[in-house]
Amino acid sequence: MASMLKAVNQVSPPLDERSKYLRRLIVRALDKGERGHIGSSMSLVEILRALYDDVLRFRPVEPKWPDRDRMILSKGHGCITLYVMLADKGFIPVETLDTFCHRDSILGGHPESNKIPGVEASTGALGHGLSIGVGMALAARMQKRDSRVFVVMGDGEINEGSVWEAALSAGKHKLSNLIAIVDYNKIQSAGPTREIQDLEPLLDKWRAFGFAAIDVDGHDLPQLRAALQSAPLERDRPTAIICHTVKGKGIPFAEHDPNWHHKAKVAPDVIAKMYAALE
Amino acid sequence: MRTETIDALTAYARANPDVMLLTADLGYSVLERFAEALPAQYANVGVCEQAMAGIAAGLALSGRRVVLYSIANFPTLRCLEQLRNDVCHHDLPVTVIAVGGGLAYGAQGYTHHGVEDLGIMAMLPNMAVACPADPLEAMALLPQLLERRRPAYLRLGRAGEPALHQAGAEIALGRAIWMRRGADIALLATGPILGRALRAADALAARGVSASVASFHTFSPLDAALVREAASSHRAVLTIEEHSVEGGFGSRVAEALLMAGQAPRFGKFGVTDALRGRIGSQSWLLDTLGSVEDHAQALL
Repeated sequence: MASMLKAVNQVSPPLDERSKYLRRLIVRALDKGERGHIGSSMSLVEILRALYDDVLRFRPVEPKWPDRDRMILSKGHGCITLYVMLADKGFIPVETLDTFCHRDSILGGHPESNKIPGVEASTGALGHGLSIGVGMALAARMQKRDSRVFVVMGDGEINEGSVWEAALSAGKHKLSNLIAIVDYNKIQSAGPTREIQDLEPLLDKWRAFGFAAIDVDGHDLPQLRAALQSAPLERDRPTAIICHTVKGKGIPFAEHDPNWHHKAKVAPDVIAKMYAALE
Repeated sequence: MRTETIDALTAYARANPDVMLLTADLGYSVLERFAEALPAQYANVGVCEQAMAGIAAGLALSGRRVVLYSIANFPTLRCLEQLRNDVCHHDLPVTVIAVGGGLAYGAQGYTHHGVEDLGIMAMLPNMAVACPADPLEAMALLPQLLERRRPAYLRLGRAGEPALHQAGAEIALGRAIWMRRGADIALLATGPILGRALRAADALAARGVSASVASFHTFSPLDAALVREAASSHRAVLTIEEHSVEGGFGSRVAEALLMAGQAPRFGKFGVTDALRGRIGSQSWLLDTLGSVEDHAQALL
């Protein structure tokens, strides 16, 4: 149960300027869009930052480049963070973040792959991404491409049985090019995962399904980079990286609070406090 | 119908190496011929229909055409959301083949009766839905669905359905076929129950009633032009389906008639809730619904 202890007493390094900058962009989309899954987006920042800054192979001017790595945000409700990374990397203009959830925007409350360059699959219903990732990883192997497939899931999301159907397949096919990532912020929609649908022992579950699994501090960039860059952790096995994170990370009054899972019409003074926390 | 379709699929996949077949652990004694001929294009993903549909989407997003195979409700309703979001919304070349459609697994009971599949699949975006009546329709439609490179559903019976068409009949996706022409009533059928409609036309002829019969092997898109033609050249129209009459073929035909401003005498022959949970052979279960000819005559 070591990972649960880490969850409760986690002491992550302080956020650096880039992590604060990316979070300010999240607040900007939340403010302009008048809504957003804020807690679920904030816990995800360092995971996606490490992927897009240091791990994924991609070409913003050629989003469908066949040899790219694939990143599926299976927890589609965390999409503001994905939009921020896509804007930061030049897939979309930064100003597009201001249209989040606006009429006819390309940026909705869940990501649409047919509208947004760089989004691999439209997600939002939970438990779909890992199966899609298994299919992509199988295809890469058949096509003899060395692309890797990363699937980022939420902790509440992995309550879904379809995740474990996909995990069985990944293990059976020894998909070493597939990396399952869990944003383990310990809080799902209505409350603590421990109370609603306990996932522990989580590492053991992934290992039992044939994955090489490790856990890391999901806000510690050197740890994240090391884990993500070293995947596959074992030959002939898919990898699972459990990232211990804090829901609402970076906004002290939102951290660990299920009320901040999703927020609409956040008052201007609260938005100001969020920006202040990220200075 | 099942064996002929898999043979047609095997031939197509041999010529098109981008085509893959996935099964959720069904098709024992049916799929072996494909698996042995094209092992690199075949996978049994286990009893995991949701994962199967998602994996198909992932393969299709990477340039493969994927065929899914299982029984009746399992590759359709069990993974409905994966088909809706991952396959249809992304408009991917994934074809679902279900065997045992309708009441083919009669004595196995309600869990194995596929009687809502056509209506539900047809409601999904980008989806073409085919319900062939005999092996010739099935073999002709499968490659057309694959060539379309979009989501598709092919509902098959089981084995041993007799041929109802002559060899060489022209069978085009989306185009219903007049099987025989009469003057009084049009019997519009989808699927193997077409055989019952043809026999009913003979029975009606003996009673002095002249019936036309059409095969609607494509459930969606519906051939509305042939529906209008049937209504304008007959006093009555009876739809015949091995599917729920709520939201099924009859409902779609009725909507097409209303949209065209046509109001012939109209009836629906198909599965009603009275059948739910009843055990018996396919033909006995259909017999309990009464005869097609009696339903037809009641309209005149």
